Amino acid sequence: MGLEEQLPSGFMLTTVEKFAGWARSGSLWPATFGLACCAIEMMATGAGRYDLARFGMEVFRASPRQADLMIVAGRVSQKMAPVLRQIYDQMAEPKWVISMGACASSGGMFNNYAIVQGVDHIVPVDIYLPGCPPRPEQLMDAILKLHEQIKNEKLGAQRVEWQRELEASALTAIPTSDMKGLLR
Amino acid sequence: MPSFLDPIAGFGVTFTTMFRKVTTEEYPEERKPMMPRFHGRHVLNRYSDGLERCIGCELCAWACPADAIYVEGAANTDEERFSPGERYGRVYQINYLRCIFCGMCLEACPTRALTMSHEYELADNNRADLIFEKQDLLAPMSSGMVAPPHAMASGTTEQNYYAGEFDRPEDSAAPTGTAEESR
Repeated sequence: MGLEEQLPSGFMLTTVEKFAGWARSGSLWPATFGLACCAIEMMATGAGRYDLARFGMEVFRASPRQADLMIVAGRVSQKMAPVLRQIYDQMAEPKWVISMGACASSGGMFNNYAIVQGVDHIVPVDIYLPGCPPRPEQLMDAILKLHEQIKNEKLGAQRVEWQRELEASALTAIPTSDMKGLLR
Repeated sequence: MPSFLDPIAGFGVTFTTMFRKVTTEEYPEERKPMMPRFHGRHVLNRYSDGLERCIGCELCAWACPADAIYVEGAANTDEERFSPGERYGRVYQINYLRCIFCGMCLEACPTRALTMSHEYELADNNRADLIFEKQDLLAPMSSGMVAPPHAMASGTTEQNYYAGEFDRPEDSAAPTGTAEESR
């Protein structure tokens, strides 16, 4: 960013960070990524009764470049995985991912060779949302929890540092595919 | 002539909509009650004296189509008794990322230890926290309950428990387990 690196720490940055976080959380633009039945609930959330416009995110962008939130709604097949990753890569920073429903989060009841066992094998996930499919209220709850997360995110050089730490911890962590028991 | 007035009639539709009743639910501020049989988070129930209903039989785990439940039973002893009868569920885990909330586990449960509540706000930011352990699922202690391990009521066998002599009245009123009391 520039300016905030020059300033002494804690002087101006926290206020700017808070403002940026508030602004970002107030206008999340989701990319349409409906893959299965969860997408129906996602559409219902966007419609009049639940009305995502109340949170400033009624526009489901058809193009990833204009979106900063990917709601992966539904089961991700092995064939869809590279497509999903490409869409994610095309989205501009900062970007977030909600894994909506059991299938996207862990494969759900489809524990077979055709389905990716959790979308976090492909993209980093910020919020996991259980349910089959989750109610619109549940999706809104996940979105509100994501808002809280966004409001506390870092900015500028500290964000770069934070992301480097995340990357380093992710490289040393046990891969999800190697986990045993329920966590698999 | 009607074709000339059509655009104005169109605006009329928009205008009258302003006076219609709003259908939007203001979700985070006001939560609409669920249907009575809504499938939310599970609850492991207790008898009215605090003993656990779960006998560690694993029928729920076998019934689960998504393999979301993991149960490990252990034997009750006279010194350390968690449930009436021979066995209790020592480990009880439900992976909510796998669970599809179908309710087959409830149907399989022979002691009605497992019911479902109306709690649905389960989203979290990591996978590990969405595996609920036994202490997360157990129903809270209500009045008159004593935390296990403790002995069965004096002069009773497990048959008295299974016959429903230690059911709370609200349990028998709602066969599938209502949420409000089990939350």
